Amino acid sequence: MDFFPPIVDDPYTFGKIAAANSLSDVYAMGGTPKTAMNLICFPSCLNLGIMEEILRGGYEKVMEAGAIIAGGHTIEDDVPKYGLCVTGFAHPQKVLANSSAREGDILVLTKPIGTGILSTAAMADMLDKPNFELMTSTMGRLNRYACEAMLPFEPSSCTDVTGFGLMGHACEMAKGSGMTIELFASSVPIIPKALELAREGIIPGGAYNNMGYIRDDVEMASDVPLEVSDCLYDPQTSGGLLIAVPEDKAEKLCRRLKDGGDEGQIIGYVKKFDGKSIRVSL
Amino acid sequence: MNTLDARGYSCPEPVIMTKKALEKGLPLTVMVDGVTPLNNITRFAQNKGYKVESRAVGEDYELTISK
Repeated sequence: MDFFPPIVDDPYTFGKIAAANSLSDVYAMGGTPKTAMNLICFPSCLNLGIMEEILRGGYEKVMEAGAIIAGGHTIEDDVPKYGLCVTGFAHPQKVLANSSAREGDILVLTKPIGTGILSTAAMADMLDKPNFELMTSTMGRLNRYACEAMLPFEPSSCTDVTGFGLMGHACEMAKGSGMTIELFASSVPIIPKALELAREGIIPGGAYNNMGYIRDDVEMASDVPLEVSDCLYDPQTSGGLLIAVPEDKAEKLCRRLKDGGDEGQIIGYVKKFDGKSIRVSL
Repeated sequence: MNTLDARGYSCPEPVIMTKKALEKGLPLTVMVDGVTPLNNITRFAQNKGYKVESRAVGEDYELTISK
């Protein structure tokens, strides 16, 4: 379950993004969403047509996920908020945890990062149309296709990259698995505009919070540019899946992901715990 | 000395205000009320090639941006 206030002005687009984000948890566990309930907060002063548009966006994503809307709940609130409470199915023996990565696993990421920085710029009207559209299509993309692509490759662990940023979620995987994750900063897909904006200091406060949470668990090589490091901590809305998969299957998985329209990029690997949960090299 | 009080504004507003204030001349002193604007203004100014010094003033921060 997840819900949040609008991150884009257009209510239909907001509905799609919020729904894709809510559905993502089920995909990160290797499951299939079956039912979803709308959760909506709405001010009495706003036109109900706006609520309809939000719900229409959400409905389309739920349909795309192959699930059904099974009711929901609306309350009055000063700031609109929308999200879903999703129930999904997964085989009990095949539920994927974010704490079961194994030594030697390769890490694959399925969406580029940087949408938090782009959203910050968009709120200040600093984002051009092509980058705005790239941002909304990245956040609005269902992790369904990435999930379906990964399952045949028997991943050992998976998580979705959201509010704690790539670093935060990778750290959670490393700690939960009792391993160290090595990340190659230059292999991480980052939206180019996000790097440019990071250099200009357009970084959401959440990124700095994320740095603070895991400061002691991370060793960042000194040659990793600051704007790249900033993007690694950038909080994502409806980010991609971070998949730990046996080494001999990683290349094939990336090809499958790319064929399906996802990013599919090897960004690091899992090794025995060596004192830090994450080491980042260029 | 050129001064700017960006306390009470949330990001990215303080960076945008700093960008405008820099046009009025250097050095520029900026007051902010959190680590996010402190870090963001530091990154912005350093990438423009300026020197940035900062210090805590009570619960706020004071940045001095110079050539």
